[in-house]
Amino acid sequence: MKNFLSTFGVWIVAAIVAACLPQLFGSGLALTSMSLMGMMIIFSLSYNMLLGQTGLLSFGHAVFFGLGGFFCVHAMNDVAAGKLPVPLIVVPLAGAAAGLVFGALLGWVSTRRGGTAFSMITLGIGELVASSALILRHFFGGEEGVTTNRTDLAPLFGLNFGPQLQVYYLIAAWCLVSVAAMYALTRTPFGRICNAVRDNPERAAFIGYDPQAVRFLSFTLSGLFAGIAGALAAINFEIMNAGQLGAAQSGAVILMVFIGGVGTFAGPIIGAILVTYLQVALSDVTDAWQLYFGLLFIGMVMFVPEGIAGLLLRQQPLLRERQLHRVVPFYALALLAGLVTIAGLSLAIEMANRLTAHAGDGPKMAFLHVPLNATSVLPWAIAAVLLVGGGWLFLRAARASRNAYDTALAASLAAALAHRSNA
Amino acid sequence: MLEILFISTLNGVLYGMLLFLMASGLTVIFSMMGVLNFAHASFYMLGAFFGFEISRRIGFWPGLVVAPLLVGAIGMAIERYGLRRVHRHGHVAELLFTFGLTFVIQEGVEMVWGKLPVDYRVPPSLDFPAFTAFSTNYPAFKMFELLTAIAIFAVLLLVVRRTRIGLIVQAALTHPGMVGMLGHNVDRIFMLVFGVGAGLAAVAGVIAGPALVTQSNMAGLLGPILFVVVVVGGLGSLGGAFLASLLIGLLQTFAVASNASLAGLLGPLSPSAKQQVFLADIWNVTVAQVAPILPYLLLVLILIFRPRGLMGRRES
Amino acid sequence: MTKAFVAGALALCAFGATVVPALADDTIKIGYVDPLSGGGASIGQIGLNQLKFIADDVNAKGGVIGKKIEVIGYDNKLSPQVTLVQVQKAIDEGVQIIVQGNGSAVGAAVESFVAKYNERNPGKAVVYLNYAAIDPSLTNQNCSYWHFAWDANVDIKLEALTNFIKSKQEVKKVYLIDQDYSFGHSVADTVVSMLKEKRPDIQIVGNEFHPLVKVTDFSPYIAKIKASGADTVVTGNWGQDFALLVKAAGDSGLKVNWYTFYAGGSGGPTAIKQANLPDQVYQLVEGFNNIDYKPMQDVVRTYIARYKSEPIYYPRIFNMTGMLFKAIQEANSADPAKFAPKLEDMKYATFASGDEGFMRKKDHQFFQPLYMSVFGALDAAKQPFDEEGTGWGWKPSAQIAVKDTDHPTTCEMKRPN
Repeated sequence: MKNFLSTFGVWIVAAIVAACLPQLFGSGLALTSMSLMGMMIIFSLSYNMLLGQTGLLSFGHAVFFGLGGFFCVHAMNDVAAGKLPVPLIVVPLAGAAAGLVFGALLGWVSTRRGGTAFSMITLGIGELVASSALILRHFFGGEEGVTTNRTDLAPLFGLNFGPQLQVYYLIAAWCLVSVAAMYALTRTPFGRICNAVRDNPERAAFIGYDPQAVRFLSFTLSGLFAGIAGALAAINFEIMNAGQLGAAQSGAVILMVFIGGVGTFAGPIIGAILVTYLQVALSDVTDAWQLYFGLLFIGMVMFVPEGIAGLLLRQQPLLRERQLHRVVPFYALALLAGLVTIAGLSLAIEMANRLTAHAGDGPKMAFLHVPLNATSVLPWAIAAVLLVGGGWLFLRAARASRNAYDTALAASLAAALAHRSNA
Repeated sequence: MLEILFISTLNGVLYGMLLFLMASGLTVIFSMMGVLNFAHASFYMLGAFFGFEISRRIGFWPGLVVAPLLVGAIGMAIERYGLRRVHRHGHVAELLFTFGLTFVIQEGVEMVWGKLPVDYRVPPSLDFPAFTAFSTNYPAFKMFELLTAIAIFAVLLLVVRRTRIGLIVQAALTHPGMVGMLGHNVDRIFMLVFGVGAGLAAVAGVIAGPALVTQSNMAGLLGPILFVVVVVGGLGSLGGAFLASLLIGLLQTFAVASNASLAGLLGPLSPSAKQQVFLADIWNVTVAQVAPILPYLLLVLILIFRPRGLMGRRES
Repeated sequence: MTKAFVAGALALCAFGATVVPALADDTIKIGYVDPLSGGGASIGQIGLNQLKFIADDVNAKGGVIGKKIEVIGYDNKLSPQVTLVQVQKAIDEGVQIIVQGNGSAVGAAVESFVAKYNERNPGKAVVYLNYAAIDPSLTNQNCSYWHFAWDANVDIKLEALTNFIKSKQEVKKVYLIDQDYSFGHSVADTVVSMLKEKRPDIQIVGNEFHPLVKVTDFSPYIAKIKASGADTVVTGNWGQDFALLVKAAGDSGLKVNWYTFYAGGSGGPTAIKQANLPDQVYQLVEGFNNIDYKPMQDVVRTYIARYKSEPIYYPRIFNMTGMLFKAIQEANSADPAKFAPKLEDMKYATFASGDEGFMRKKDHQFFQPLYMSVFGALDAAKQPFDEEGTGWGWKPSAQIAVKDTDHPTTCEMKRPN
């Protein structure tokens, strides 16, 4: 029993959480966003199969997302037109099949090399497919794309999947299954060999595994899961268009995986949730959201290259040996100083934005509900003080945190050794 | 026929040289630092806007000198305080760093110059037709573009191949430790190289700005075509990039001049195929229609059959 | 794994806190869903400014049926998928009037979403007011009761354009160059078929497509146009594709007349001036600042005083809001289910000239007089407004009466009972 729980416990918890989330957040927007997060989790995990596990940096992963979506939309329309008794819940298989087939086809072309050559081939293929999508208007529906109506399909147990809630559950189910499958894949010998090819292709070849074949398999499977994600997007939005297989979508998935943390399994999940949330919410708060996005990304690459998941993972030994209390005060201090810095920075950005991009609306504005005038000196002085002072404090706190972490880690290791020798 | 041949060749060479002008900085940074700089197009855009701002206050020629220097300085600062930190996390991190930079630069430009295109004009001293061929005018500014591109190519080649600096820089890429031990400041060399690359992008911006559209989305619209030039030419090869620019320019221009399509080529076969609605799209596409995406096809083909590019010495 | 879910839960908590539906009854909320960031924002922002300008004006006069108008901007980043999320957000925040225009792909997505939403959520009607998406499918095979269009669709515009060309005897050889996507193709196909019928003597000497925003050098295309001997070019190009096209034409010294639909878009006037093509570029529009009609020009002056660098580009937004407010007043309700019937068949004196237009009940398409305007140096006394600081502006060339814009529809509208 204990064994069963330790193996499947996390999945049961995940299923329960996914089932209960709509009780907590029931608004139309929340349901839509959670559905979006679900498909993006699959998409970014599929990308991590390439980047994190096999060391392949692809610039055209959205191709499989998009093609999966288009095949799914056409499958839905065909099923509805032919009155076939195929329920909506199995239609994502069409996307999976498309992802698999095109993954194999394009993988055969692109995975002969690793490294930069691979990246550049995927870049070229991405551009080719996205451009062709506008030219092949009958399949891709031209600019408008292809629309569908998910309620036209045969209902399953009385569910017609009209309401967003039902779609959320459909996506959540597919998400859980796909995540579990991808997790299981990392535990297989194949998953280990992928890692070997990532770390040292020559050595992998020496022990008898052809790196090209491993890359090809990994690429194909990754295409399959990206196809599922695309199919879920098609079901959710009931529309698919050429933009979905373009560079913007390919770029978004790189952001998600990198911010969440490359290489860890939980990283892309965190990244997908966080980035999707930011994409939905940030543009309401400020129209300079691209600037914040860029700064966040640069900050992550510079200071936390292992991603959020990597940062959390580093605390694990401390947590295990109950040494976390040694570092938490420092973290809190750094966080506080960081927030002050961000407040100063965004105050300056918002005021500058008001004076330049929104000159027509006048200099009177509000920042965090505090009314102010962007042309007066005082708010600028405050912004400068917050930015410089907060930044200085943050750097000091960060250094102190690092020292505290090192000390605590040493203590943890000592404690762990002591446990072991006692045992 | 002769007319089309002549004009297409001329247009192809002109376009190819514009491509090389834009891609030269990218090649420099890649060949000497190994960094695929995604923010290259952003530096190009910064160059165009700085050039615009200076040209409307002082004049075009001061802009051509000052704007690249400014952008070069910005590039050096970015290398010194950003990229250098990221360097130890590997090439993917470097690439992603420059990727993040594109967002910041674009938003910054939007805040300062707005989202509408600015009126960046060709300088009056170059605003006349240089010559007329087959009743088509060729403006002097385009000739200036061509000459600048060739001059940059010649100077770069000379510096890399024939001078001590070029030798040290090349050595710094492959053997940074050794170069450091010989008493050269490797960090400073990299900083300088990045600055030069950014500056070259800005030169292209100052010159291409008036010829194209100077707008806050110009970096994004340029797209990955410059990567095609660098990769097709052979990663890190200046001569290759030059050749690839010409090749792509000519390929695209001649493709536009052609009206061939599968339907035309395989005329008698087409009716049966036309019954297939999806096939009809492919069937009727003309070469001219797909001309601007041919470079990407070329990229994929080159990488499959000759991964080191036209003149590259090593793979990736 | 568990950490991922903790992080997810935390993110969602923060998320829930931001979504506070405020349903104030004393305001009429208009949700403006268009690009407000990135490349498309240069035009998206202009529409939002215009709406806000109109709302401020109406609110200063006491609002509509005693309620204030509130305009909320939602950034859709020009993506249909993001648009649907934003429309959902707007509905959550109590918006029942969605305004959108840029991109027919987005328009199609909104139209189908709103129709499905109203079907699946009876009693909470949402209406979609479209001021710029002009794909004919929106008011033909995909038409919806909950969609109203104020810009003339492609077919109507081309009907007007070809009626204009019909009387121009000097047009002998026409060259078509368009972006390779559905809008470009519908322009090209329709021009070919309509000219064949109205002016069989005109020769179509070229019908070219090029990929959307991928071309940096148009010289080869210009060489082709020149070789064809065309005297007139018709193009649906917009944005960079238009600007680079005319600049290449100016460089090579090509002298033809250009008939366009989007030459006035941001950057277009600057490019025409740089290319030095005076009185050669024509644009078909529903209104422009230099029409000699005082009420409109007064509004334009007030507007320019407030938004200096962002011109009035959408006279139709004034028609749209004017008709919306009139319908709300007639129905004495801001509920779309109640005021939508009032919009059908409504007659309205247009903003640009005061001449009357009407909303066709059959497909919810607004019909209005259209204008052929031409870009060049202005007569300072009669034509006070230039564009983008170029010193040149749009001048009247011809008015195309409502009857000459008539085009049948295939719409079979499903009406709510």
